[in-house]
Amino acid sequence: MSRQTPLWQRQIAAVFRLEWRKTLLSRRGWWIYLLAAGPVAICLLHALVTSRRAHPRHSLGNDVQAFAMMFQLFYLRGAIFFGCMGIFASLFRGEMLEKTLHYYYLTPLRRESLVAGKYLAGLLAACSLFVPSVAASLLLIGGHDRAWGDYLWRGPGLAQLGWYVLVTVLACVGYGAVFLACGLLFRNPMIPAAAVYVWENVNPFLPSVLQKISVISYLKGLCPVEVPLPPPLNVIVVDIDPTPVWIAVPGLLAVAALLVTYTAIAARRGEIGYGE
Amino acid sequence: MSAPSPSNLITFADVSRFYGEVLGVNRVSLVVPPGVTSLVGPNGSGKSTLMNLMTGLIRPTQGEIRVCGARPDHPEELCRLVGYCAQFEAVPKGLTGFQFIYSYLLLHGFGADECARRAREAIERAGMGAAAGRPVAAYSKGMRQRIKLAQAMAHSPSVLVLDEPLNGLDPMARAESIALFREWGDQGRHVILSSHVLHDVDRISDRVILLSHGYVVAEGEIQGVRSEVKEQPMQILVRCDRPRELAARLFSHDHLMEAKIQGDGRNLLVRTTDADRLYLLLNQVVLETGLEIETVAPADDDVNSVYQYLIGAEGGTT
Repeated sequence: MSRQTPLWQRQIAAVFRLEWRKTLLSRRGWWIYLLAAGPVAICLLHALVTSRRAHPRHSLGNDVQAFAMMFQLFYLRGAIFFGCMGIFASLFRGEMLEKTLHYYYLTPLRRESLVAGKYLAGLLAACSLFVPSVAASLLLIGGHDRAWGDYLWRGPGLAQLGWYVLVTVLACVGYGAVFLACGLLFRNPMIPAAAVYVWENVNPFLPSVLQKISVISYLKGLCPVEVPLPPPLNVIVVDIDPTPVWIAVPGLLAVAALLVTYTAIAARRGEIGYGE
Repeated sequence: MSAPSPSNLITFADVSRFYGEVLGVNRVSLVVPPGVTSLVGPNGSGKSTLMNLMTGLIRPTQGEIRVCGARPDHPEELCRLVGYCAQFEAVPKGLTGFQFIYSYLLLHGFGADECARRAREAIERAGMGAAAGRPVAAYSKGMRQRIKLAQAMAHSPSVLVLDEPLNGLDPMARAESIALFREWGDQGRHVILSSHVLHDVDRISDRVILLSHGYVVAEGEIQGVRSEVKEQPMQILVRCDRPRELAARLFSHDHLMEAKIQGDGRNLLVRTTDADRLYLLLNQVVLETGLEIETVAPADDDVNSVYQYLIGAEGGTT
């Protein structure tokens, strides 16, 4: 790194360097790897099994729809949510449990830089797991059909992939900020995480104003393929117009920035006690 | 050693710290000059709380702390001055001894080469050169203690705070560490340490701070602290050729509490409430009787005695 680089940037890079390896290559995170690898394995299996059939029982459109469902119901509400919880909540809480956070607090490092370095490391780890997973699942799910290639490269497939990747990154940004704060502010981050999970999942049944106070409602609006709800759910849910992209994307980024800033302020006031 | 000025003093001004309703330390006012200062007291007396306060890991409930002019709630300034080897044994997972020290040096803003040089130096100083490439997870308790010590010293802090730094060390490592602390203290740095081993405290320290139940019971140079303990007679050992005659002469004075002949019959252990008068009296006796005195030495102005007098048996220290 050059000598001209400001100190705070070098410090964030140093925190990032320490955290990135620890976060991505953690033995305790095996279940997060499973969450990311599971859908890829299922899509691969689906492609292999279906390609051996002489007459596939479903169309290319079914695969597109199936992926949209998998993305919204499994990835957004399950894998990315819980994956981010596992990664970001342990950035601070994990170090408190292991009694190693004081090493950071004893360096001439602004706590804001510590929070930024940890958040960026968590973000890169989460994106490194879930972006390839989403991309691979989409590429594989229709791999049994020769028309899938045309759909991807000459049809709307690539653009849809781009949107899915964007939504995945935004989900990691949003949920990451939420769980980073939970990990620092709560002794047991599972409790606020459970509350967030319930809130995000009952969201479609809430009045439209309340629906806007959630990450999932903005992410759902950015998904390129709509998922039709089966009856009787389609009657119960409150349908709202998707938030325009130019509001949803900067809005999510702004909320995440606010949460990370709040976490940084809390870290500045924080003490090391390890519950002793 | 340079003369103490506010910029090289550690000051506590009416500092209290409570953990909820539990007292950590109460109304502590201290001025600590450079040199080796030991915090002594039983478990729960507030030693670690004082250390955590001066390193900014916790904040005072009331009062103000300055460490060589720096405020503990400004880590950017404070942590350049302070190195802390805390009581927590854990070290971040997955790092070798060298990586552990190198990675945290990077956070000080040193360049990569400088970090590597400092890390190597600190590791050598702690006698951990042979194990530097091994994962810290595979270290013994003593090795962990030494690598933590190396980490605390690697950025050459002017204030080194050490919570039970000799725990888990073998006798050789213990002797080396003590020599290192003395060397740092003699360089005009602050070395603040806590230890349960009072014999070691005696060997290392320029000053002691005795704590009990969150209060500072006494502080200062150990002889000064001992002389302040008026209610306990001073014990002075006199080695001379005619101890019986000396004892007979001394007993006519009211400040003398007890005199016992010990060892080979040439040692006289005297307990007195006024050591200064005893020394004058000894001079007088020598002049009048021609008594040959080999040595006169205080027998209980060590940390152990002061600890026993002021804190008693509650500490259970060695």
